[in-house]
Amino acid sequence: MLEDLPILSIITFIPLMGALLLGAFAWLGRADGREQLERNAPRAALVISIAVLILSILMTLDFDSAEAGFQFMEDTPWLGSGIEYRVGVDGISVLFVLLTAFLTPFCILASMTSVKKRMLEYMIAFLVLETLMIGVFVSLDLILFYLFFEAVLIPMFIIIGVWGGKNRVYASYKFFLYTLLGSVLMLAAILWIYYYSGVQLGERTTDMRVLIEELKIPGGVQTWLWLAFFSSFAVKMPMWPVHTWLPDAHVEAPTAGSVILAGILLKLGGYGFLRFSIPLFPLASLNLAPIIFWMSVIAIIYTSLVAYRQNDMKKLIAYSSVAHMGFVTMGIFTFNTQGIQGGIFQMLSHGIISGALFFCVGVIYDRMHTREIAFYGGLVSKMPVYAAFFLLFTMANVGLPGTSGFVGEILTMVGAYQVNPWIAFGAAFGMILSAVYALYLYRAVIFGEVVNEKLEGILDVTKTEVFILGTLAFFTILLGVYPSLITDMTSASVEKLISDFNTAQIANPVQAVEGAH
Amino acid sequence: MFQSLSTILPELFLAVTASFLLGFGLSKKQDRSVIVRYTAAGLLVVFGLMGYALDRNPGTAFNGLLYNNDFSDFLKAVIGLSAAAALLLSKHYFQSEKLDRYEFSVLTLYSVLGMSIMVSANNLLAMYIGIEMQSLALYIMAAFNRDSLRASESGLKYFVLGALSSGLLLYGASLVYGFTGSLDFETIRASIALTGATTGVIAGMVFLLCGLAFKISAAPFHMWTPDVYEGSPTPVTGFFAAAPKLAAMAIIARLTIVPFGDILGQWQQVVVVMAVLSMLVGALGAIVQTNIKRLMAYSSIANMGYALVPIAVGTAAGIQGMLIFMTIYVITVIGVFATILQMRLRNGMVEKISDLSGLSKTNPGMAISFTIFMFSLIGIPPLLGFFGKWYAFAPAFEAGLAWLAVIALILSVVGAFYYLRLVKVMWFDEPTREFVRAPRLVRVIAIVSVLLIFPLLIIPGISGGAIGLAEAAAQALFAQ
Repeated sequence: MLEDLPILSIITFIPLMGALLLGAFAWLGRADGREQLERNAPRAALVISIAVLILSILMTLDFDSAEAGFQFMEDTPWLGSGIEYRVGVDGISVLFVLLTAFLTPFCILASMTSVKKRMLEYMIAFLVLETLMIGVFVSLDLILFYLFFEAVLIPMFIIIGVWGGKNRVYASYKFFLYTLLGSVLMLAAILWIYYYSGVQLGERTTDMRVLIEELKIPGGVQTWLWLAFFSSFAVKMPMWPVHTWLPDAHVEAPTAGSVILAGILLKLGGYGFLRFSIPLFPLASLNLAPIIFWMSVIAIIYTSLVAYRQNDMKKLIAYSSVAHMGFVTMGIFTFNTQGIQGGIFQMLSHGIISGALFFCVGVIYDRMHTREIAFYGGLVSKMPVYAAFFLLFTMANVGLPGTSGFVGEILTMVGAYQVNPWIAFGAAFGMILSAVYALYLYRAVIFGEVVNEKLEGILDVTKTEVFILGTLAFFTILLGVYPSLITDMTSASVEKLISDFNTAQIANPVQAVEGAH
Repeated sequence: MFQSLSTILPELFLAVTASFLLGFGLSKKQDRSVIVRYTAAGLLVVFGLMGYALDRNPGTAFNGLLYNNDFSDFLKAVIGLSAAAALLLSKHYFQSEKLDRYEFSVLTLYSVLGMSIMVSANNLLAMYIGIEMQSLALYIMAAFNRDSLRASESGLKYFVLGALSSGLLLYGASLVYGFTGSLDFETIRASIALTGATTGVIAGMVFLLCGLAFKISAAPFHMWTPDVYEGSPTPVTGFFAAAPKLAAMAIIARLTIVPFGDILGQWQQVVVVMAVLSMLVGALGAIVQTNIKRLMAYSSIANMGYALVPIAVGTAAGIQGMLIFMTIYVITVIGVFATILQMRLRNGMVEKISDLSGLSKTNPGMAISFTIFMFSLIGIPPLLGFFGKWYAFAPAFEAGLAWLAVIALILSVVGAFYYLRLVKVMWFDEPTREFVRAPRLVRVIAIVSVLLIFPLLIIPGISGGAIGLAEAAAQALFAQ
C-alpha cells in the first residue's frame, strides 16, 4: 500500500513543515494575534505529531518483518560524488521511528500545562527535533545520518537553554560542546571512510548498504575509526565516564525536554553502535568489546551508587538512565542474538519507562516547583492514583518481571553470560543496586508522613496526566508480558547483523594480509 | 586583438563604467550618492554574471598578462554579487551617519576591478597591479569615516601594514624573476621544471605567500585584522570580510597550482603552518572578545585557516573544496553583517555582544537568522557551513593530510564556544535594548543569505548544480 509513496520522507518532514508553518504564521501574522497563536500552537503541534504517529503506525503495519533488508527505500540524487539522499528502514530502525513518533505527542501534551513561556517557539523547537530524530533513524547515507545526528544539537541547545532551570546556561554549553567534540571525531572518520571507499570500491560513496556489504576496512584502521565513532556514540549514549553532561542537562531541561532526551536522544548512541560500529568495523568491535563490557559494568554499578546519593529526583533518574544504558551497550557488544535483541528491547523499554518517570517527576514539579526529594513525603495519602502509577514505573525501572524493564535486562544478561559470566554477574549486582535507589526514591517521596505542610493542598493527577501515564503504563506491561511484539520485528535484521559479523570474523585472516601491504 | 578584448571585457566594462560614474558624481552639485549606489550595484551584478553569460572560450590577453576561464568566471561571479550586496548594505548606514558620498560606490567598483584583475592575473606583475588597485581603494574605504579617530587609525594601520605586505610581495616577485627569468606564470613553471627548486625560487615563493597571507589575514600575519575590522564603518567591515578575502585566496590557489605546481612539497609546509596557526589564533583569540566586529575578525582568521587546508592539498578536489568553502563563507559573512547592520540603537550601531541580549524576544526574526549564521559558522549540519567544511576537509584525506583536517575539526569545537556565546546572549538572556526598525533593503539581503544557507543550496538538484560550477572552476585551473 505504502510502497508507492515516499512514506519515510513524509513521516520525517511533516513535523518540519509544521514548524515552518507555525513560524510563518508568527512572521506574517498581526501582532495582536500573537497571543492566540501562542495558545493554539500546542494544539497544532499535537495534531501534527499525531498525524506522524498514525503514519508511522501504518508504516510499521505495512513493514514486512520477515525480510532482513531495508524497506521503503528512497534514493534521490543529492550532492553527487556518491552522496545521495537515501532513506529506508529495517527491523531495527522501524521501531525507533515508532518510538519517536509515539513519545512526541505525549511530550507536547505534557508541555501544554508545564511550559509557561514562549510556547510557540517551544513547539517549533519540538517539531524540528522530531524531524531530526526520525531522520537519524531512517537515513542510510553516512552524510545524511551525520546531518540529522548533529543537527539535533541546535534545538536541544535552545530547549535546555531557554526553558531550562537555574543552571541552564552551563548545562546547555556542556551538552553542546561535549557532543560536538564527540561528533567531529566521527566526522573525521566518515571523511576517511568516504576517501577509502574510493580507493577500494573504485567509486566514492556514503551509501550505507554498499559500505556494509562491500567495504573491507583493514584491521588496524578499523580500531581508529571505531574509536572515532565510539567517541561520538559514547557521549550521546552516554557511557561512563563521559556521562557527566546528562545529569546537568536533565536537571535543567523542562519535563518534555527530559522525556525526549532520555526517551529518544540517548537511543541515538545505541542505534549508532548497531547500525554503524558493528557492521562497518566488525574486527575492531570484537577486539574492543571487553573495554565496552567493563565500561558498561562500571556504569551500571557506579552510576547506581551515585544515583542513590542524589537529592534531586531528576538527577537520580538521570543517573539511573546511565546505568540502564550500560545494559544496552553490554548487550549489543555480546554479538549474540539474546544480547543484541536485549539491547534493542532495553532501549525501547527504557524509552517508555524513563519517559514515564520523568513525567511523574514533572507532575509533582508542576505543582510544587521543586524536585528535591527531601521536600516530599507521604504523597500516597494525597495522590493515591499518582502513587500507583509511580510505583508501576519504579518497579519497571528496577526490572520487575511482568514489566518491559525485566525483559530487556534479562536478555542482555543472558547474552553477556555466554560471553563472560563475570560481566553478567556485575550487571546482576547492578540490578540489585537499582532496586536500592529506586525504592529509596519511592519511599522518600510517596510513603511516610506528610512532613511538609506545603504538600497539604497538593492535587492528584489530572485527566491529561492520567491519559499520558496510563498509556505509558499500558505499553510497559504489554511489552513486559508480550515481548515478541518487538523481538519478532527485529529478529530478521538482528540475525543478518550477526551473520554478517561472523562472516567478517571468518574472513579476518585474509583481510589482515591485505591490510599489511 | 579581439581575443584580448573578449578576455578582458568584464574588467573593461567595470573600468569604463566606474570612471563614468565618477564623472557623473563630480559633475553635479547635488548629492548623487543614492543613484550612484544603485547604479554601481547593478553594474556589479552585471559584471558578476558577465563571465557566465558571455560563455567565452578560455583565453589570454596582452601576451599572457591576463586570462579568462571557468576559474576566473566563477570567482568574478561570487565577488561581483557579494560586492553588490555589501554595497547595498551600506546605504542606510552611511545615510544615518551623514557620510553618504558617491565616492564610496565608485571606490567599491575600483576595488572590485582590482580583485577582478587579481583573479585573472597570469603574470606576477598583473597580479601585483590587481592587488594594489584593490588595496588602495580598500585603505580609503577603511578610513571613510574620516572624522572618527578609530576609522582613521584603522585606515592608517591597514595602509602601513598593507604597504609592508606589498613590499614582501614585490621582493618575492623580484627573486622569482631573478631566478627564473620570467614573470609569466607558465614560463616560471617551465623554468622551475628545468632547474628544479633553487633556493632563490623557494625564497621568492615564501615571500610571495607571506605577502598574500597579509591579504587573507592568515596567522602570523593577522595582527591588523581585529583593529581594522573594529575601526572601519560596519558595512565596510562586511565588505572586507567577504570579497577581498576570496580574491586573495584565489590568487594563492593560482600561484601554488600554476607557477609552483611542481614544487608542492616546498610550499605545502608553509601553507600547512599558516593554516594551523590561523585556526589556533582564530579559535583562541575570539574567546575573550566583547565586540562583535572583533569577534568576526577572529572568526575570519580561523576560517581562512580552514580554507588553507584544501589549498595545502594541491589537487583539483582541493581547489574545488576551497572555492565551495570560501563561497559559503562569503554568503555567511554577508548575512552576518546584514544582520548586524539591522541592529541599530537610537544612539548608534550595536557593537557589543551584550547589546544583543534578549534579541529573540524583541526581534525574533533577526535572532533566528543570526542563530542560523552562527550555527552555520560552527559547522552544524544541515546548515551550509557544514558542507563547506565537508568539501574543504575531504580532499585532505586523499593527500595524507588527514591529521590537519582532524586538528581543524577539533579547533572548530573551540570556535563553537564563542559562536555559542552569541546564541546564548540572544536566546537565554533578558532583553535590555530596543532596536530601531531596520530598513527593508538590509532585511531582504539578510533573508536571502539565510535562505541560501538553509535550505536553498542544499536542496537536491540545486546543490548538485552549484557544486558542478565549483568543480568546473577547479578543473579549469588545472587544465591551463
